[in-house]
Amino acid sequence: MHVDPITGLGNWQAREIAFGLGLEDEQIKNCIKFMKSLYKLFIELDCSIVEINPLVVDTANEIIALDAKMNFDSSALFRHPDVEKLRDTKEEEPLETRANEVGLNYIKLDGEIGCMVNGAGLAMATMDIIKLHGGEPANFLDVGGGASSKQVAEGFRVILSDPEVKAIFVNIFGGIMRCDFIAEGIIEAANEIDMNVPLIVRLAGTNVELGKKMLSESGLDLIAAEDMDDGAKKAIEAIGGKA
Amino acid sequence: MSIWLDSKSKIVVQGITGKNGQFHSEQMLDYGTKLIGGVTPGKGGQQTLGVPIWNTMKEAVDAGANVSCVFVPPPFAADAIMESADSGVDLIVAITEGIPALDMAKVKKYISSKDVRLIGPNCPGIITPGESKVGIMPGHIHRRGNVGIISRSGTLTYEAVNQVTEKGLGQSTCIGIGGDPVNGTNFVDCLEAFENDHETKSIIMIGEIGGTAEEIASEYVKEHVSKPVVGFIAGRTAPPGKRMGHAGAIISGGKGTAGEKMKAMERAGIHVTENPAELGKTLEEIL
Repeated sequence: MHVDPITGLGNWQAREIAFGLGLEDEQIKNCIKFMKSLYKLFIELDCSIVEINPLVVDTANEIIALDAKMNFDSSALFRHPDVEKLRDTKEEEPLETRANEVGLNYIKLDGEIGCMVNGAGLAMATMDIIKLHGGEPANFLDVGGGASSKQVAEGFRVILSDPEVKAIFVNIFGGIMRCDFIAEGIIEAANEIDMNVPLIVRLAGTNVELGKKMLSESGLDLIAAEDMDDGAKKAIEAIGGKA
Repeated sequence: MSIWLDSKSKIVVQGITGKNGQFHSEQMLDYGTKLIGGVTPGKGGQQTLGVPIWNTMKEAVDAGANVSCVFVPPPFAADAIMESADSGVDLIVAITEGIPALDMAKVKKYISSKDVRLIGPNCPGIITPGESKVGIMPGHIHRRGNVGIISRSGTLTYEAVNQVTEKGLGQSTCIGIGGDPVNGTNFVDCLEAFENDHETKSIIMIGEIGGTAEEIASEYVKEHVSKPVVGFIAGRTAPPGKRMGHAGAIISGGKGTAGEKMKAMERAGIHVTENPAELGKTLEEIL
């Protein structure tokens, strides 16, 4: 059933559901009321899913939701502080929560090669290319378009907090994100934390020459990669694998 | 020829005085885009970057704008897009990331009755190399040519563009359709336009996990597209149930996997590469 987002759920649609469920008399009226309320709740709370199971009819012909699972649109949480309060970070992966707090999008996986990438699509593609060449990605990390060097440094800390990580592949295609910002973040992170794993860096796009120059002048011990294929292979070789 | 955007397009930026709007307006002007002004309610009558600011989209259209580019923050972006649609522009490019899905559902319904195209939201924009750039992509990696590029991702589009440019080919028009589940222009709209565009000789299509847009597009390619298409799907290694950065990039209930999408593409005769570093190479091989 398709609901027009401008007119909302019509009585006729709620009726169609009630008759479709095989309800009778008093139950139909109650079901229409229930469905209209359900729709109102879905819209007002910016839900992405409301799954009711079981939905029961009691002896007084009332329609009752005995249990439900609800998902909320995270993009709409700014207008639902009450929903935001229900968040229980104890139920989340601690590293994901930590990255989240500084505005980074991080998802922990089970592999050994940490990834730091800008942009969600390229971040997924970077994981894919590591796997394609026989390695296992340790995480998804999108530093986004407007990350500061501080956020980049925190991203390294998060990646290195995962004891499984044996190497880090930085894959940046500068658009909004400038390569010199990334270089600054890498240098800052290397000064503050013990980078005890090989670091493979591929930079391309906006201000790439400046970024590369900053890295080479910093004297940091890192492996430069020509493109993402080269970077993924070098990361795998750095941990003793064969690409 | 190109699609939807050329050197004659007159651009207005909604949210031109914000941090991102300001930075990217300057980049667009540097690229040679005919950016004729911006809209920031309350700042009408002032100037920025040497162009006028208006209070409303109506004034921008009266001044000649036919394309709007939206940098307005998420809580106000849906309203800005609808204002734009009502003002009479032909094309709206919404860059803003994080617009609530239900806001976009209303926007989509609203604009369906208007003669306007929406690209995005949560996208890098559209560029016709050498003519006009509307969005946030780095202009310098592009080169005019005859490959049409469509993608749900920003940086992965740049990756594809760069590979095409390095192969000595170039692009007719590149479009980022965005990473949100509810968006304006879809793959099929772009495929249809590229098929009908004389300058475009081949197409690169980059999808990702989540939803069924790639499956629908594959069906369309099979029936209606005669030009060669190279495809890639990001997220083969993505775990199910996790949102991979983009709001729409999630494998839910076992649906929307990269494997399914790649199979659908292959069945449609699309040249699928598993290696995102070989988009340019794959294209070169089939041409």
